[in-house]
Amino acid sequence: MASKRKKKHSQPAKLNGGRLSFHGWRRENGRVGVRNHVIILPLDDLSNAASEAVANNIKGTLAIPHAYGRLQFGEDLELHFRTLIGTGSNPNVAAVVVIGIEDQWTKRVVDGIAKTGKPVTGFGIEGTGDLGTIQKASRVAKEYLQWASELEREECPISELWVSTKCGESDTTTGLASCPTVGNMYDKLIPKGIYGVFGETSEITGGEHLARERAISKSVGDKWYKVWKAYQDDVIEAHKTNDLSDSQPTKGNIAGGLTTIEEKALGNLEKIGHKCKYIDVLAPAEAPAKGPGLYYMDTSSAAAECVTLMAAGGYAVHTFPTGQGNVIGNPIVPVIKISGNPRTVRTMSEHIDLDVSGILRRDMTIPAAGDALIDMIIRTANGRLTSAETLGHREFVLTKLYRSA
Amino acid sequence: MSIPHILAHNKKDTVGVVVVEGLKAGTNMLGVVTADDSTFRLKAKMDVPIGHKIALVDIKKGDTVWKYGQDIGKAIADIKKGEHVHVHNVKTKKW
Repeated sequence: MASKRKKKHSQPAKLNGGRLSFHGWRRENGRVGVRNHVIILPLDDLSNAASEAVANNIKGTLAIPHAYGRLQFGEDLELHFRTLIGTGSNPNVAAVVVIGIEDQWTKRVVDGIAKTGKPVTGFGIEGTGDLGTIQKASRVAKEYLQWASELEREECPISELWVSTKCGESDTTTGLASCPTVGNMYDKLIPKGIYGVFGETSEITGGEHLARERAISKSVGDKWYKVWKAYQDDVIEAHKTNDLSDSQPTKGNIAGGLTTIEEKALGNLEKIGHKCKYIDVLAPAEAPAKGPGLYYMDTSSAAAECVTLMAAGGYAVHTFPTGQGNVIGNPIVPVIKISGNPRTVRTMSEHIDLDVSGILRRDMTIPAAGDALIDMIIRTANGRLTSAETLGHREFVLTKLYRSA
Repeated sequence: MSIPHILAHNKKDTVGVVVVEGLKAGTNMLGVVTADDSTFRLKAKMDVPIGHKIALVDIKKGDTVWKYGQDIGKAIADIKKGEHVHVHNVKTKKW
Protein backbone atom coordinates (compact mmCIF):
# COMPACT_ATOMS: atom_id res chain seq x y z
CA MET A 1 0.00 0.00 0.00
CA ALA A 2 1.39 3.34 -0.98
CA SER A 3 1.69 6.00 1.67
CA LYS A 4 2.82 9.57 1.55
CA ARG A 5 5.67 10.71 3.68
CA LYS A 6 5.89 14.36 4.53
CA LYS A 7 9.64 14.49 4.12
CA LYS A 8 12.62 12.26 3.83
CA HIS A 9 14.55 12.01 7.07
CA SER A 10 17.41 14.40 7.51
CA GLN A 11 20.94 13.15 7.00
CA PRO A 12 23.11 12.67 10.08
CA ALA A 13 24.31 15.99 11.36
CA LYS A 14 27.97 16.72 10.92
CA LEU A 15 29.67 18.67 13.65
CA ASN A 16 32.85 20.71 13.26
CA GLY A 17 34.11 19.69 9.88
CA GLY A 18 32.47 16.36 9.16
CA ARG A 19 32.40 14.76 12.60
CA LEU A 20 29.22 12.76 13.31
CA SER A 21 26.88 14.20 15.90
CA PHE A 22 23.46 13.65 17.45
CA HIS A 23 21.06 15.62 19.64
CA GLY A 24 20.61 14.32 23.17
CA TRP A 25 19.86 15.38 26.72
CA ARG A 26 22.94 16.11 28.80
CA ARG A 27 22.35 14.91 32.37
CA GLU A 28 23.67 16.32 35.64
CA ASN A 29 26.65 13.90 35.64
CA GLY A 30 27.67 14.79 32.07
CA ARG A 31 26.33 11.64 30.40
CA VAL A 32 24.07 12.13 27.37
CA GLY A 33 20.71 10.39 26.96
CA VAL A 34 18.63 9.90 23.81
CA ARG A 35 15.29 9.50 25.58
CA ASN A 36 13.79 11.60 28.38
CA HIS A 37 11.86 9.13 30.51
CA VAL A 38 10.47 9.76 33.98
CA ILE A 39 10.27 6.26 35.42
CA ILE A 40 8.36 4.76 38.33
CA LEU A 41 10.71 2.04 39.54
CA PRO A 42 9.47 -0.65 41.92
CA LEU A 43 12.04 -2.02 44.34
CA ASP A 44 10.23 -5.35 44.45
CA ASP A 45 7.35 -7.37 43.04
CA LEU A 46 5.02 -6.14 45.80
CA SER A 47 5.38 -2.55 44.61
CA ASN A 48 4.42 -3.14 41.00
CA ALA A 49 0.73 -2.35 41.56
CA ALA A 50 1.40 1.04 43.19
CA SER A 51 4.04 1.89 40.56
CA GLU A 52 1.65 1.10 37.71
CA ALA A 53 -1.09 3.14 39.40
CA VAL A 54 1.23 6.17 39.58
CA ALA A 55 2.13 5.79 35.90
CA ASN A 56 -1.57 5.55 35.11
CA ASN A 57 -2.25 8.76 37.04
CA ILE A 58 0.57 10.74 35.50
CA LYS A 59 0.44 10.32 31.73
CA GLY A 60 3.85 10.19 30.15
CA THR A 61 5.63 8.53 33.04
CA LEU A 62 6.66 4.92 32.70
CA ALA A 63 6.35 2.16 35.32
CA ILE A 64 8.90 -0.64 35.04
CA PRO A 65 7.39 -3.66 36.81
CA HIS A 66 9.43 -6.79 37.46
CA ALA A 67 9.24 -10.05 39.37
CA TYR A 68 11.87 -9.89 42.11
CA GLY A 69 13.42 -8.07 45.06
CA ARG A 70 12.35 -10.05 48.11
CA LEU A 71 14.62 -12.24 50.26
CA GLN A 72 17.51 -12.12 47.85
CA PHE A 73 20.96 -12.24 49.39
CA GLY A 74 24.67 -12.18 48.59
CA GLU A 75 25.81 -11.69 44.99
CA ASP A 76 22.24 -12.13 43.71
CA LEU A 77 21.04 -9.24 45.87
CA GLU A 78 23.98 -7.08 44.83
CA LEU A 79 23.06 -7.71 41.18
CA HIS A 80 19.44 -6.78 41.93
CA PHE A 81 20.49 -3.43 43.40
CA ARG A 82 23.07 -2.81 40.67
CA THR A 83 20.46 -3.43 37.97
CA LEU A 84 17.80 -1.17 39.53
CA ILE A 85 20.28 1.60 40.38
CA GLY A 86 21.85 1.30 36.92
CA THR A 87 18.44 1.51 35.24
CA GLY A 88 17.56 4.66 37.18
CA SER A 89 21.00 6.11 36.51
CA ASN A 90 20.86 5.51 32.73
CA PRO A 91 21.04 8.87 30.92
CA ASN A 92 17.87 8.04 28.97
CA VAL A 93 16.08 8.58 32.30
CA ALA A 94 15.48 12.19 33.41
CA ALA A 95 14.06 11.49 36.88
CA VAL A 96 12.96 8.57 39.01
CA VAL A 97 10.29 7.73 41.58
CA VAL A 98 11.21 4.56 43.51
CA ILE A 99 8.49 2.63 45.34
CA GLY A 100 9.31 -0.26 47.70
CA ILE A 101 7.44 -2.27 50.27
CA GLU A 102 9.66 -0.82 53.03
CA ASP A 103 11.94 2.18 53.40
CA GLN A 104 15.43 0.79 53.90
CA TRP A 105 16.08 -1.05 50.66
CA THR A 106 14.06 1.64 48.86
CA LYS A 107 16.51 4.20 50.24
CA ARG A 108 19.44 2.15 49.03
CA VAL A 109 18.16 2.37 45.44
CA VAL A 110 17.35 6.08 45.81
CA ASP A 111 20.82 6.85 47.20
CA GLY A 112 22.46 4.91 44.38
CA ILE A 113 20.55 6.81 41.69
CA ALA A 114 21.05 10.16 43.49
CA LYS A 115 24.81 9.89 42.85
CA THR A 116 24.09 10.89 39.24
CA GLY A 117 22.61 14.19 40.49
CA LYS A 118 19.25 13.55 38.82
CA PRO A 119 15.95 14.05 40.71
CA VAL A 120 14.92 10.89 42.58
CA THR A 121 12.50 10.27 45.46
CA GLY A 122 11.57 7.02 47.19
CA PHE A 123 8.38 5.89 48.93
CA GLY A 124 7.86 2.92 51.27
CA ILE A 125 4.41 1.34 51.33
CA GLU A 126 4.42 -0.15 54.85
CA GLY A 127 2.65 2.16 57.31
CA THR A 128 0.98 4.10 54.47
CA GLY A 129 -0.66 1.54 52.21
CA ASP A 130 -0.93 1.54 48.44
CA LEU A 131 -3.43 4.41 48.17
CA GLY A 132 -1.52 6.90 50.31
CA THR A 133 1.72 5.97 48.60
CA ILE A 134 0.16 6.34 45.15
CA GLN A 135 -1.15 9.79 46.04
CA LYS A 136 2.21 11.07 47.38
CA ALA A 137 4.25 9.45 44.63
CA SER A 138 1.90 10.76 41.92
CA ARG A 139 2.43 14.36 43.03
CA VAL A 140 6.22 13.95 42.81
CA ALA A 141 5.95 12.12 39.48
CA LYS A 142 3.88 15.01 38.08
CA GLU A 143 6.49 17.56 39.18
CA TYR A 144 9.28 15.50 37.65
CA LEU A 145 7.41 15.00 34.37
CA GLN A 146 6.66 18.70 33.94
CA TRP A 147 10.25 19.57 34.80
CA ALA A 148 11.61 16.98 32.35
CA SER A 149 9.27 18.13 29.61
CA GLU A 150 11.10 21.46 29.47
CA LEU A 151 14.60 20.00 29.17
CA GLU A 152 16.11 20.53 25.73
CA ARG A 153 18.30 18.39 23.52
CA GLU A 154 21.74 19.68 22.57
CA GLU A 155 24.16 18.74 19.83
CA CYS A 156 26.75 16.23 21.00
CA PRO A 157 29.62 14.48 19.21
CA ILE A 158 29.08 10.80 18.42
CA SER A 159 31.76 9.96 21.00
CA GLU A 160 29.18 10.66 23.73
CA LEU A 161 26.92 7.85 22.53
CA TRP A 162 27.07 4.45 24.25
CA VAL A 163 25.93 1.66 21.92
CA SER A 164 25.34 -1.93 23.03
CA THR A 165 24.70 -5.06 20.98
CA LYS A 166 23.15 -8.49 21.39
CA CYS A 167 21.46 -10.61 18.73
CA GLY A 168 18.40 -12.81 19.04
CA GLU A 169 16.48 -15.55 17.25
CA SER A 170 19.60 -15.83 15.16
CA ASP A 171 19.88 -17.94 12.06
CA THR A 172 22.55 -18.39 9.43
CA THR A 173 21.68 -15.01 7.89
CA THR A 174 22.70 -13.18 11.08
CA GLY A 175 26.25 -14.49 10.70
CA LEU A 176 26.26 -13.53 7.01
CA ALA A 177 24.57 -10.13 7.16
CA SER A 178 23.11 -8.47 10.28
CA CYS A 179 25.90 -9.33 12.74
CA PRO A 180 28.70 -8.25 10.36
CA THR A 181 26.71 -5.00 9.87
CA VAL A 182 26.98 -4.31 13.61
CA GLY A 183 30.64 -5.33 13.50
CA ASN A 184 31.33 -2.87 10.71
CA MET A 185 29.57 -0.13 12.72
CA TYR A 186 31.81 -0.85 15.74
CA ASP A 187 34.93 -0.95 13.55
CA LYS A 188 33.99 2.58 12.39
CA LEU A 189 32.58 4.13 15.62
CA ILE A 190 34.85 2.66 18.32
CA PRO A 191 37.83 4.61 16.84
CA LYS A 192 35.62 7.73 17.08
CA GLY A 193 35.45 7.30 20.85
CA ILE A 194 32.10 5.63 21.54
CA TYR A 195 31.53 3.04 24.27
CA GLY A 196 30.43 -0.37 22.96
CA VAL A 197 29.54 -3.65 24.65
CA PHE A 198 28.82 -7.25 23.71
CA GLY A 199 28.05 -10.22 25.96
CA GLU A 200 26.12 -13.54 25.93
CA THR A 201 28.55 -15.78 27.80
CA SER A 202 27.01 -19.17 26.92
CA GLU A 203 26.76 -18.19 23.30
CA ILE A 204 30.48 -17.73 22.74
CA THR A 205 30.93 -21.48 23.22
CA GLY A 206 32.71 -22.80 20.16
CA GLY A 207 34.25 -19.40 19.48
CA GLU A 208 35.99 -18.99 22.85
CA HIS A 209 39.44 -19.22 21.26
CA LEU A 210 38.53 -16.30 18.97
CA ALA A 211 36.88 -14.21 21.72
CA ARG A 212 39.87 -14.60 24.01
CA GLU A 213 42.18 -13.34 21.25
CA ARG A 214 40.08 -10.21 20.75
CA ALA A 215 41.05 -8.80 24.16
CA ILE A 216 43.32 -5.77 24.24
CA SER A 217 45.88 -7.68 26.36
CA LYS A 218 46.61 -11.16 27.63
CA SER A 219 45.40 -10.26 31.13
CA VAL A 220 42.03 -9.01 29.83
CA GLY A 221 41.74 -12.14 27.64
CA ASP A 222 42.50 -14.31 30.66
CA LYS A 223 39.87 -12.44 32.68
CA TRP A 224 37.37 -13.09 29.90
CA TYR A 225 38.25 -16.79 29.72
CA LYS A 226 37.81 -17.17 33.48
CA VAL A 227 34.26 -15.73 33.22
CA TRP A 228 33.41 -17.99 30.29
CA LYS A 229 34.87 -21.10 31.96
CA ALA A 230 33.10 -20.38 35.25
CA TYR A 231 29.76 -20.35 33.43
CA GLN A 232 30.57 -23.65 31.71
CA ASP A 233 31.59 -25.34 34.97
CA ASP A 234 29.30 -23.77 37.57
CA VAL A 235 26.10 -23.44 35.55
CA ILE A 236 26.03 -25.64 32.45
CA GLU A 237 27.92 -28.67 33.74
CA ALA A 238 26.20 -28.42 37.13
CA HIS A 239 22.64 -28.26 35.77
CA LYS A 240 22.50 -29.73 32.28
CA THR A 241 20.41 -32.80 31.49
CA ASN A 242 21.60 -33.17 27.88
CA ASP A 243 23.83 -31.34 25.39
CA LEU A 244 21.54 -28.27 25.55
CA SER A 245 20.42 -29.00 22.00
CA ASP A 246 16.82 -28.15 23.02
CA SER A 247 17.81 -24.73 24.39
CA GLN A 248 21.01 -23.47 22.84
CA PRO A 249 20.62 -23.28 19.84
CA THR A 250 16.94 -22.42 20.38
CA LYS A 251 14.13 -24.04 18.42
CA GLY A 252 13.91 -20.79 16.45
CA ASN A 253 17.63 -20.91 15.67
CA ILE A 254 17.27 -24.50 14.42
CA ALA A 255 14.22 -23.65 12.29
CA GLY A 256 16.40 -20.92 10.78
CA GLY A 257 19.14 -23.38 9.88
CA LEU A 258 21.62 -23.11 12.76
CA THR A 259 22.76 -26.58 13.78
CA THR A 260 25.24 -26.32 16.68
CA ILE A 261 26.29 -23.89 19.40
CA GLU A 262 29.68 -23.56 17.68
CA GLU A 263 28.01 -22.33 14.49
CA LYS A 264 25.83 -19.93 16.47
CA ALA A 265 28.83 -18.59 18.42
CA LEU A 266 30.82 -17.85 15.27
CA GLY A 267 27.93 -15.87 13.80
CA ASN A 268 27.41 -14.06 17.09
CA LEU A 269 31.05 -12.93 17.21
CA GLU A 270 30.67 -11.22 13.83
CA LYS A 271 29.04 -8.40 15.86
CA ILE A 272 32.41 -7.17 17.10
CA GLY A 273 33.83 -6.65 13.65
CA HIS A 274 37.43 -7.30 12.77
CA LYS A 275 39.48 -4.40 14.15
CA CYS A 276 38.26 -3.38 17.61
CA LYS A 277 39.42 -5.15 20.74
CA TYR A 278 37.60 -5.25 24.05
CA ILE A 279 39.33 -3.38 26.85
CA ASP A 280 37.66 -4.84 29.94
CA VAL A 281 35.28 -7.54 31.17
CA LEU A 282 32.27 -6.23 33.10
CA ALA A 283 30.14 -8.02 35.67
CA PRO A 284 26.41 -8.09 34.81
CA ALA A 285 24.97 -4.52 34.92
CA GLU A 286 28.39 -3.05 35.80
CA ALA A 287 29.15 0.38 34.31
CA PRO A 288 32.34 0.54 32.24
CA ALA A 289 35.11 2.51 33.92
CA LYS A 290 38.14 2.33 31.65
CA GLY A 291 37.16 5.02 29.16
CA PRO A 292 35.87 4.78 25.60
CA GLY A 293 36.13 1.48 23.75
CA LEU A 294 34.54 -1.93 23.42
CA TYR A 295 33.67 -3.91 26.57
CA TYR A 296 32.50 -7.45 27.29
CA MET A 297 29.68 -7.90 29.80
CA ASP A 298 29.01 -11.28 31.43
CA THR A 299 25.33 -11.80 30.53
CA SER A 300 22.78 -14.44 29.72
CA SER A 301 22.06 -14.95 26.02
CA ALA A 302 18.33 -14.46 26.66
CA ALA A 303 17.45 -11.22 24.89
CA ALA A 304 15.52 -9.30 27.54
CA GLU A 305 17.89 -10.24 30.38
CA CYS A 306 20.91 -9.19 28.34
CA VAL A 307 19.50 -5.87 27.10
CA THR A 308 18.26 -5.05 30.63
CA LEU A 309 21.78 -5.61 32.03
CA MET A 310 23.44 -3.54 29.30
CA ALA A 311 20.95 -0.70 29.84
CA ALA A 312 21.75 -0.85 33.56
CA GLY A 313 25.44 -0.56 32.62
CA GLY A 314 24.61 2.83 31.10
CA TYR A 315 24.25 2.06 27.38
CA ALA A 316 21.79 4.38 25.61
CA VAL A 317 21.10 2.73 22.23
CA HIS A 318 20.96 -0.99 21.49
CA THR A 319 21.66 -2.65 18.13
CA PHE A 320 19.88 -6.00 17.76
CA PRO A 321 20.51 -8.28 14.77
CA THR A 322 17.84 -10.91 14.24
CA GLY A 323 17.33 -13.66 11.71
CA GLN A 324 14.03 -15.37 12.52
CA GLY A 325 12.50 -12.24 14.08
CA ASN A 326 12.97 -11.60 17.81
CA VAL A 327 10.49 -8.87 18.79
CA ILE A 328 12.16 -7.64 22.03
CA GLY A 329 12.33 -4.05 23.24
CA ASN A 330 13.34 -2.30 26.45
CA PRO A 331 11.51 0.32 28.53
CA ILE A 332 14.31 2.90 28.54
CA VAL A 333 16.66 2.03 25.68
CA PRO A 334 15.66 2.08 22.00
CA VAL A 335 16.38 -1.33 20.47
CA ILE A 336 17.20 -1.15 16.75
CA LYS A 337 16.35 -4.36 14.86
CA ILE A 338 18.53 -5.32 11.92
CA SER A 339 17.71 -8.30 9.72
CA GLY A 340 19.26 -9.85 6.63
CA ASN A 341 16.68 -12.60 6.27
CA PRO A 342 14.45 -11.61 3.34
CA ARG A 343 11.60 -13.82 4.57
CA THR A 344 11.63 -12.19 8.02
CA VAL A 345 11.87 -8.72 6.52
CA ARG A 346 8.79 -9.53 4.45
CA THR A 347 6.69 -11.43 7.01
CA MET A 348 7.61 -9.39 10.13
CA SER A 349 8.28 -6.00 8.56
CA GLU A 350 6.72 -4.08 11.46
CA HIS A 351 9.57 -5.27 13.72
CA ILE A 352 12.55 -4.49 11.48
CA ASP A 353 14.26 -1.08 11.52
CA LEU A 354 17.04 -1.87 9.06
CA ASP A 355 16.81 -4.34 6.17
CA VAL A 356 20.25 -5.65 5.15
CA SER A 357 19.00 -8.59 3.07
CA GLY A 358 20.77 -7.01 0.10
CA ILE A 359 23.97 -8.50 1.54
CA LEU A 360 22.65 -12.00 0.74
CA ARG A 361 21.79 -10.94 -2.82
CA ARG A 362 25.26 -9.41 -3.10
CA ASP A 363 23.78 -6.04 -4.04
CA MET A 364 24.71 -4.45 -0.70
CA THR A 365 28.23 -4.53 0.76
CA ILE A 366 28.87 -4.95 4.48
CA PRO A 367 30.57 -1.50 4.69
CA ALA A 368 27.46 0.06 3.05
CA ALA A 369 25.24 -1.79 5.55
CA GLY A 370 27.46 -0.51 8.39
CA ASP A 371 26.98 3.07 7.14
CA ALA A 372 23.21 2.53 6.95
CA LEU A 373 23.26 1.31 10.56
CA ILE A 374 25.25 4.34 11.72
CA ASP A 375 22.64 6.51 10.00
CA MET A 376 19.84 4.60 11.78
CA ILE A 377 21.62 4.86 15.14
CA ILE A 378 21.88 8.63 14.76
CA ARG A 379 18.26 8.99 13.63
CA THR A 380 17.20 6.88 16.60
CA ALA A 381 19.35 8.92 18.99
CA ASN A 382 17.77 12.08 17.55
CA GLY A 383 14.32 10.79 18.39
CA ARG A 384 13.10 8.39 15.71
CA LEU A 385 11.06 5.74 17.52
CA THR A 386 12.22 2.19 16.92
CA SER A 387 9.80 -0.50 15.78
CA ALA A 388 9.95 -2.01 19.27
CA GLU A 389 9.07 1.34 20.84
CA THR A 390 6.10 1.89 18.53
CA LEU A 391 4.82 -1.63 19.25
CA GLY A 392 5.09 -1.14 23.01
CA HIS A 393 7.85 -3.67 23.67
CA ARG A 394 9.19 -2.85 27.14
CA GLU A 395 10.67 -6.12 28.32
CA PHE A 396 12.50 -5.52 31.59
CA VAL A 397 13.84 -8.80 32.94
CA LEU A 398 16.09 -9.08 35.96
CA THR A 399 18.80 -11.73 35.98
CA LYS A 400 18.53 -14.04 38.97
CA LEU A 401 21.70 -15.88 40.01
CA TYR A 402 20.09 -18.40 42.38
CA ARG A 403 16.97 -19.06 44.49
CA SER A 404 15.94 -16.45 47.05
CA ALA A 405 16.16 -17.27 50.74
CA MET B 1 26.64 -10.74 -10.82
CA SER B 2 23.41 -12.75 -10.72
CA ILE B 3 21.84 -13.35 -7.34
CA PRO B 4 23.57 -16.33 -5.69
CA HIS B 5 21.64 -19.32 -4.33
CA ILE B 6 24.23 -20.27 -1.74
CA LEU B 7 26.97 -18.47 0.22
CA ALA B 8 30.05 -19.88 1.94
CA HIS B 9 32.08 -17.76 4.35
CA ASN B 10 35.53 -19.20 3.76
CA LYS B 11 37.42 -21.29 1.19
CA LYS B 12 38.00 -23.93 3.86
CA ASP B 13 34.26 -24.38 4.53
CA THR B 14 32.63 -27.74 3.81
CA VAL B 15 29.09 -26.29 4.04
CA GLY B 16 27.32 -23.30 2.51
CA VAL B 17 24.09 -21.45 3.38
CA VAL B 18 21.06 -21.33 1.08
CA VAL B 19 20.10 -17.65 0.72
CA VAL B 20 17.05 -17.91 -1.56
CA GLU B 21 13.53 -19.04 -0.70
CA GLY B 22 12.04 -22.17 -2.24
CA LEU B 23 15.25 -23.82 -3.46
CA LYS B 24 14.35 -27.02 -5.33
CA ALA B 25 16.27 -30.27 -5.75
CA GLY B 26 18.16 -30.32 -9.02
CA THR B 27 18.87 -26.57 -9.09
CA ASN B 28 22.27 -25.77 -10.57
CA MET B 29 23.19 -23.31 -7.81
CA LEU B 30 25.42 -20.27 -8.15
CA GLY B 31 27.61 -20.04 -5.03
CA VAL B 32 29.83 -17.25 -3.71
CA VAL B 33 32.60 -17.44 -1.12
CA THR B 34 32.15 -14.15 0.75
CA ALA B 35 35.77 -13.94 1.95
CA ASP B 36 37.12 -13.44 -1.58
CA ASP B 37 34.02 -13.13 -3.81
CA SER B 38 35.03 -16.24 -5.76
CA THR B 39 32.15 -18.16 -7.36
CA PHE B 40 31.33 -21.83 -7.74
CA ARG B 41 28.53 -24.06 -9.07
CA LEU B 42 26.84 -26.88 -7.18
CA LYS B 43 23.77 -29.02 -7.85
CA ALA B 44 21.25 -29.15 -4.97
CA LYS B 45 20.26 -32.77 -4.29
CA MET B 46 17.25 -31.85 -2.13
CA ASP B 47 14.73 -29.07 -1.53
CA VAL B 48 16.41 -26.95 1.17
CA PRO B 49 14.82 -23.98 3.02
CA ILE B 50 16.42 -20.56 3.11
CA GLY B 51 19.07 -20.31 5.83
CA HIS B 52 19.75 -24.03 5.91
CA LYS B 53 23.07 -25.58 4.88
CA ILE B 54 24.17 -27.76 1.99
CA ALA B 55 27.37 -29.86 1.88
CA LEU B 56 29.93 -28.41 -0.53
CA VAL B 57 31.93 -31.67 -0.51
CA ASP B 58 31.30 -35.28 0.51
CA ILE B 59 31.47 -35.42 4.32
CA LYS B 60 32.10 -38.73 6.12
CA LYS B 61 30.56 -39.75 9.44
CA GLY B 62 32.90 -38.48 12.19
CA ASP B 63 34.36 -35.68 10.05
CA THR B 64 34.61 -32.14 11.43
CA VAL B 65 32.25 -29.76 9.64
CA TRP B 66 33.81 -26.41 8.68
CA LYS B 67 32.11 -23.01 8.41
CA TYR B 68 33.66 -19.52 8.84
CA GLY B 69 36.90 -21.49 8.37
CA GLN B 70 36.18 -22.90 11.86
CA ASP B 71 35.01 -26.17 13.45
CA ILE B 72 31.21 -26.13 13.93
CA GLY B 73 30.76 -29.75 15.04
CA LYS B 74 30.95 -33.33 13.77
CA ALA B 75 29.02 -35.31 11.19
CA ILE B 76 27.03 -38.19 12.72
CA ALA B 77 26.21 -39.67 9.29
CA ASP B 78 27.76 -39.66 5.84
CA ILE B 79 26.64 -36.58 3.89
CA LYS B 80 26.93 -36.32 0.12
CA LYS B 81 27.91 -33.14 -1.69
CA GLY B 82 24.69 -31.21 -2.45
CA GLU B 83 22.70 -32.68 0.48
CA HIS B 84 21.00 -30.87 3.35
CA VAL B 85 23.22 -30.50 6.47
CA HIS B 86 21.44 -29.96 9.79
CA VAL B 87 20.65 -31.42 13.23
CA HIS B 88 19.85 -34.84 11.69
CA ASN B 89 23.43 -35.35 10.52
CA VAL B 90 25.63 -32.91 12.51
CA LYS B 91 26.10 -32.55 16.30
CA THR B 92 27.96 -30.18 18.59
CA LYS B 93 31.31 -31.27 20.04
CA LYS B 94 30.55 -29.19 23.16
CA TRP B 95 28.48 -29.98 26.24
